[in-house]
Order: sequence, then C-alpha cells, then structure tokens
Amino acid sequence: MKTLKRAYLALILLFLYVPIAVLILQSFNAGISRAKWEGFSFRWYVQLIQSPNIMQALYVTVTIAILASLISTILGTMAAIGIHAMSKKPQSMMLTLSNIPMTMPDIVTGISLMLLFIFTKMDRGYFTMLLAHITFNTPYVVLSVLPKLKEMNKHSYEAALDLGATPGYALRKVILPAVRPGIITGAMLAFTLSLDDFTISYFTTSPLVQNLSTLIYSEARKGIKPTMNALSALMFVSLLILLLLINRRTAESS
Amino acid sequence: MQEQQKLITLENISKEYDGTVVLEDINLYVRKNEFLTLLGPSGCGKTTTLRIIGGFEKPTTGSVIFDGQDITDLPPYKRRVNTVFQKYALFPHLNVFENIAFGLKVSKRSKEEINERVAQMLDLVNLKEYGKRRVDSLSGGQQQRIAIARALVNEPEVLLLDEPLGALDLKLRKGMQLELKRMQQRLGITFIFVTHDQEEALTMSDTIVVMKDGRIAQIGPPKHIYDEPKSAFIANFIGESNIIRGRMIKDELVNFCGTNFTCVDFGFAKDAQVDVLIRPEDIVIVGEDVGQLVGTVKSVLFKGVHYEMIIDAGGFSWKVHSTSMQPEGSQVGLSIVPFNIHIMKPMEEEELDE
Repeated sequence: MKTLKRAYLALILLFLYVPIAVLILQSFNAGISRAKWEGFSFRWYVQLIQSPNIMQALYVTVTIAILASLISTILGTMAAIGIHAMSKKPQSMMLTLSNIPMTMPDIVTGISLMLLFIFTKMDRGYFTMLLAHITFNTPYVVLSVLPKLKEMNKHSYEAALDLGATPGYALRKVILPAVRPGIITGAMLAFTLSLDDFTISYFTTSPLVQNLSTLIYSEARKGIKPTMNALSALMFVSLLILLLLINRRTAESS
Repeated sequence: MQEQQKLITLENISKEYDGTVVLEDINLYVRKNEFLTLLGPSGCGKTTTLRIIGGFEKPTTGSVIFDGQDITDLPPYKRRVNTVFQKYALFPHLNVFENIAFGLKVSKRSKEEINERVAQMLDLVNLKEYGKRRVDSLSGGQQQRIAIARALVNEPEVLLLDEPLGALDLKLRKGMQLELKRMQQRLGITFIFVTHDQEEALTMSDTIVVMKDGRIAQIGPPKHIYDEPKSAFIANFIGESNIIRGRMIKDELVNFCGTNFTCVDFGFAKDAQVDVLIRPEDIVIVGEDVGQLVGTVKSVLFKGVHYEMIIDAGGFSWKVHSTSMQPEGSQVGLSIVPFNIHIMKPMEEEELDE
C-alpha cells in the first residue's frame, strides 16, 4: 500500500514537472533539433541576450511590472484602509466589488479592457497595458493588506489622534508601520502577477509593444525557436523564486 | 475653592446611531481635580459619553464645553484631554520608550526634554528599567501602566479612562485602583473613569454618575449613592439590597410585610405605593420575642468577612449579612432601625416619568 501511495505521488509530480524539466533541458541543447541531444551549450542564452526584440520585450515586462505593482500597491493600500474604516454593510459590498475581478477569467478582463480602450479611443500600447496591469493587480493588494488592518487594535488610530497626531501623521506613524508586512506581500504578489500575465496583456497592447509572454506567443506561432526555450526557462526560474519568497512571507506571518 | 470650578460641561447631549438612541439628554459637569466615574451596565452609554468628551464621537445634539469654550466640533488632537483605552491600544511597532514619547514627538519637543519626561513617567509607573522593551513582551498590568504613562506624559488637564482595569485579575486590579487614585491626587489631574464595577466606582470616585439606557439615573458622591439610591435599579446595581413593596401610612411611617415601621422619609402621599430598600448589613438579628419580624433561616453562606443568610419572614426572603451565624432552620427575630429604611418611588412610576 505504501509503495502504491508513493508511486501515485511520483506519477503526479512527474506529470507536473517533466514538461518544465524537458524545456529547461532543451534550452541547453546545442543542436536545433528537439529530438536529439547534441551536447550542452549556452548558445541559445547568448542568442537571447543578443536579440534586440527580446531585450525590448524584457524591458517592457520588467518596467510594467515595477510601475504596475508600485501604483497598485499605493491604490490598494489606500482602498484597504478606506474599506476597513467603513461600517459593516458598505464594507461587505465594497469587498465583494473588489473581489469579483479576481474571480473573473483573464480573457473576460482582457477583452473588456480592450473594448474600453477602443471605446475611449485610446491607442493601445505601453500605457494601456500598464493601466490594465494596475487594474488587475489592485484587488490582490487590497486582499493582502486588509487582514493586517483587522489584526490592529481598533483603537490604535484613535490613540494616536488622542496624543495629538493629525490624521496624516497617524497614518504614517501608526497605521502604515502596522500593516507594512501586508503591503510588502501585496506588492510582491502584484509584481509576480504582472510578470506572469499573458492573456490580459495580449488584448490591451499593440503588436509593436510586446512583453515577454506575448512575444513568446507570437514567435511560437511561427515555429518554436530554441531561444524561446531559454527565455521560458528563465521566466520559470525567476517566477519560482518570487513565489517562494511570497510563500515564505505568508507562512511567517501566519 | 478651586474645586467649585466647572472644567467640563455636557449640555443636552444626545447621540443616535442609525436611528437607535444611545444617549438621551445628558447634562453633566466635571469639576477641576475631580475623580468622576461613569458607572452602569454594558450598553448604558458610558463609553459613548467618554468618547464624546475625547472627541472620537460627535453628539447628535448638544454641546461639550471645556473651560468655557465650546469644543463639540474640535478633533481629538486639538483637545487638552488624553485617553487610556480599553485594551490599552499601545503601538506594537514601537518600544516602551517610543510609545510614551509619541505625544511629545508629535508636539516636537527637544530630545533632552523627551528623554527627561519619559524617564519621569517610567519612574512614576514603577517601570524604570523597561524603556527598551517591546510592548508585547510585557504583562497586562505593565502594559496598563505604559498606557497611563503615555497619556500622562502630555500633562493633560483631564485624563479619560475607559475600563482600564477590566482586563486585569482581581489582586492586580485592587493594587491599580489604589495606585491610580494616588496618582490622581499627586498630579492634581481631573480623572473621568468608566467602569461597570460598582465596587471600583465606590472605592475610587469623588463623584459617581450612574447611567442606565442612555440616561443619567443619579449623580452624587459614593456614600450618598449607596445610602440614598433614587431607584430600585440603582440600589440593586450598587451594593446588595432587599427591595420590597410597601405603602406609606403617613410621614415617617411605612407598612410592609403586614407590619408598620418607623422610617425617616416624608413627603409621599398617604397610602402611596413605594419601594422600600434595606441593605443586608442593616438588618439586625435579634431574639424572636423582640424582633419586628420573625422568620426562619433558610440558608447560610460563608462569605469570608460575614455570613450571608436568607431568612424567610413576613412572606419575603430577606438577604441578611451578619458576622454571627444562625443555624439553618432556626427561628430568629429581625430588627431594622428607622434610619436604615430607605423609601423610593416605585419602579413603574419612575418609568412612567421617563
């Protein structure tokens, strides 16, 4: 029985991770054929770095992730503080409104944002993609900051006012320090989601402004080049590291 | 005497939340250097009253006058009062020193002054060596002292305390009661104290304000409230009591349990229905031949300082406190001196008045 259990677990992990392992292995394959191992090489990684297209996409991906996570962290934190201060009924309404976008399929969010940009006659490109990323990131920040606010003694803010602090001073010196762990987790989550996103980016940008995932997609349609293996392997590893960091933070705080 | 000076006056304060009346027509003044306690069961509006004085709630109607100035619309950070919150509300990301220094930092005092005054406060609350400690590493009693120090360091004219001793165990609570009272007398600060603990209120206060259902039921010094409660509710809430229906025969003569008793109250209509209050310690057990009432001891409980006996006499179960014990089942006489019979308007009539 015990061996059966182990075999079952091994099988599941195999199915989950073999494709990624193969991808990473292939990215180090010296030959162009995927059927044959022709020796270990960094050839595709070198080509990757030398390709201006890919470097441009990397630049777009990273800058959008940084800007979007930064702005959505500010917006999300403010929203969380506001929602926390509401009385019960409007609070649960606002929470539902803020949670629904997270449960919506990406494709629906993507298409509706695209339609909105067309309707408002905004040229799709870097800016619209940034707006889209801020939009889908913000609820996640709200969700990671709110529990920290709930943990606070509900009189902490009043105590600060009582001691002479203006509301702004109390926000900076009492509320923000108390919820800082939630803010950082939210920012990291937003950054990861932004790096990771394909569907929504695909619908809200133009073919001239590609991030890594949309670039991989359009290259893959022309036939998969080994550089894409290398690129995918890099993305996988960097996202893995980020996710591990976030998981460790949440495990520590709970 | 400066004690006569009214420092805070509440004028016709009412408060509603979404149509629910929490406070109704509160009129109250607090004198300088007074220890005033707002006492009442939970939900009576005592904390709301305190929060209105602190500036955390705005009254629906009425005004708060502080030292002759209307401060009803003044935000908390502009008021010359400080608060010790229930559960203390210390700042967890700051250490003990930084917690106490918070108010001084806000008002941009010099570093030397902050160091000096925080040290004084730590000394006052007997926590000299604790400046560098994290607040969550302290016990409840120590956190309590830090909360008091954090408020007092700003030299407020009035200190508001919202059930500050509620979370402490009995022994610690008794100690802190004395300590608070001592601090209040030493510093000459006006204290407004909220509690539901009648014993605490009687021990510490100069003036007690008994509240019920958002209204003030009675204001007075502890002894007066204990001896002359205005209603059965107050009598029951403060101290233990026997309350029995009676009828006024004439001034200074009341009938209950089928017997006429001489009392000291007058001014009631002839044959008026009244509530008669007799404290358990005011009933004297005498021989059955000389008692005004004769009855049987139903149960005896040892309470430490005294015995609590339930004695059935004249169709009423009397609660009697005495240092000498009468065995269960024995016949005893009960005697009450006129001075200890307290006549009150009956409950229904009082509620009709409201």
